[in-house]
Amino acid sequence: MSFSDLSPLESSPGPKVRAVHDEFHGDLLEVSMGPHHPSTHGVFRMNVTLDGETVVRLKPVFGYLHRNHEKIGENASYLGSMPYTDRLDYLCSMTNNWAYALAVERLSGQAVPERAEYLRVILAELTRLLNHTCLAGFLLQDCGASGTPLMYAFREREKILDLFEALSGSRMMCNFQRFGGCRTDATPGWLGAARALADGYGAFLDEYEELLTGNEILMARTQGIGRLPAKLAVSAGVTGPMLRAAGVGYDLRKVDGYGVYPRFDFRVPIGADGDTYDRYMVRILEMRESIKILEQALRTIPQGPIIDPKARLRGFRAKPGEVYSRIEGPKGEIGFFLISEGGPNPYRYRVRPPSFINLTILEDLCVGHSIADTVVILGSIDIVLGEVDR
Amino acid sequence: MESPDQIRSRLLARFPGAAVAVVANPGPAAQHSLLLAPADARAIAQFLRDEPGLRLDFCSNVTGVDWLDREVTEVATTTVPDPAGGPAKLVEQKTKRQQPGYLEVVYHLYSIELRHGPVILRLRTGNRSDRVAVPSLTPVWRSCEFQEREVFDLYGVVFDGHPDLRRILMWDEYKDHPMRKDYVEPDDYEWEPTPHGDVLAKAKAHYPAAEPAAAAPKEEPGP
Repeated sequence: MSFSDLSPLESSPGPKVRAVHDEFHGDLLEVSMGPHHPSTHGVFRMNVTLDGETVVRLKPVFGYLHRNHEKIGENASYLGSMPYTDRLDYLCSMTNNWAYALAVERLSGQAVPERAEYLRVILAELTRLLNHTCLAGFLLQDCGASGTPLMYAFREREKILDLFEALSGSRMMCNFQRFGGCRTDATPGWLGAARALADGYGAFLDEYEELLTGNEILMARTQGIGRLPAKLAVSAGVTGPMLRAAGVGYDLRKVDGYGVYPRFDFRVPIGADGDTYDRYMVRILEMRESIKILEQALRTIPQGPIIDPKARLRGFRAKPGEVYSRIEGPKGEIGFFLISEGGPNPYRYRVRPPSFINLTILEDLCVGHSIADTVVILGSIDIVLGEVDR
Repeated sequence: MESPDQIRSRLLARFPGAAVAVVANPGPAAQHSLLLAPADARAIAQFLRDEPGLRLDFCSNVTGVDWLDREVTEVATTTVPDPAGGPAKLVEQKTKRQQPGYLEVVYHLYSIELRHGPVILRLRTGNRSDRVAVPSLTPVWRSCEFQEREVFDLYGVVFDGHPDLRRILMWDEYKDHPMRKDYVEPDDYEWEPTPHGDVLAKAKAHYPAAEPAAAAPKEEPGP
């Protein structure tokens, strides 16, 4: 069966590829970009077919970092998988932990104390700040603005990582959430430091935007590049800032209202054109909303236990059943699908990786643009290979 | 949001001959799913996507599950009347049944337009060895493209009608499907036919048909 048999399904086939062969155009050239290329953000390869400098075909190649995370999850206890979720998207370990803890809580019907819910929101929003700051820095690096913006971004990132280290003992591999709450409580001093960071972050963003948002070179390199139509984005399962930049206002913090998010006042920024510039701007605006959520959460965090005292961690067993549970991670919808047969390990442990699924449309975005633009487009999709390859 | 039973009756009204069953989920999450026969899956998926009351336009998650052959114990209770005229007795009879294994593909659908979900679809293969084909839903939801390739790679489910069904995480020459429950890890992943005793014997046991690789046909670049 070919795709032409399915005429009403216009959104499915891949991009239209057309190569010109005449006296002005030479042969097509196939270039293997990566896996060891600084612009691929890890070990990722793109088999690019070029007509001159223009991309006519692009096939991503994955798996260089594959270690069968899901198989390891099936052979480890429920708690044993928690530190391993840190290593999926190693920039966002706090949200990975939360997504996994929430899935196990829904699998077993475990309740979470109020204070832990607030602390989870605070940590998730700090993670969002951290991720988007890194992305903005790397995006500029991919455009060729070597060094300065990336170092500005990393200076701020390091302040957030200091907070994570003070709370969990580790900068990046936090292993902090538990089924029924969080591992340790935040001290008043820590909450004060987080408030100081949230208060100062707006000023950093102002400075950063002054440097970049209206920058002529940035605009030339990103506006109209890699345009993603809303219909294709929905069909291809693109989530997170990528989807919202395409003009679809779908944010799981609003749609599912998990945790205590319905109590906070924030807006969901959406883009108009779905190009690389919109993807950059949506993330900048999302950071400003995250600051608002942080201020509200830090002001209203209640006292109380940080973990349900009846929660069982070691020797945890869930009743037979299954669950698919998802949250809005900084890169998109991160979900966990667990099947329990009542044993100490899950029968099936599946991660729904946002950066892997967002890569589905990489070829559609890149075809017709130059090879230099593919680097910027790939940067704006925001992938981490630890999660893509699992 | 309609319950799986309501969606099932809606599907049966639209597709009278289709086999649709509701698979109950006993856990606290109570996410029940719809089991479809592979023959109807493509038409039903398209209906779920386009039907105005459902509009399941977002296929979030596609994954495989491997169910091995298992022995199922069924308890049947029968009432035996007492010949002496006393109260009837309940007699439990246990029968053991071999349930053949199968591979299962699970789709989690949501609606971005109507903000509801999940609706969970399940497709099952005939067995785990030679009847492993199910129809691909990539023509309906593009997000299945890479995820179905992953299920093909790690579980060995063949998706009929997939535009580009290749391995995605393991390398192309790899023979096995590592997410299967009965998968045995090779002793040396990067085995090459070099004569060093133990490893060679183990590798031969794992790749019984390993022969010197024939020269692969060269692909023409571009159209």
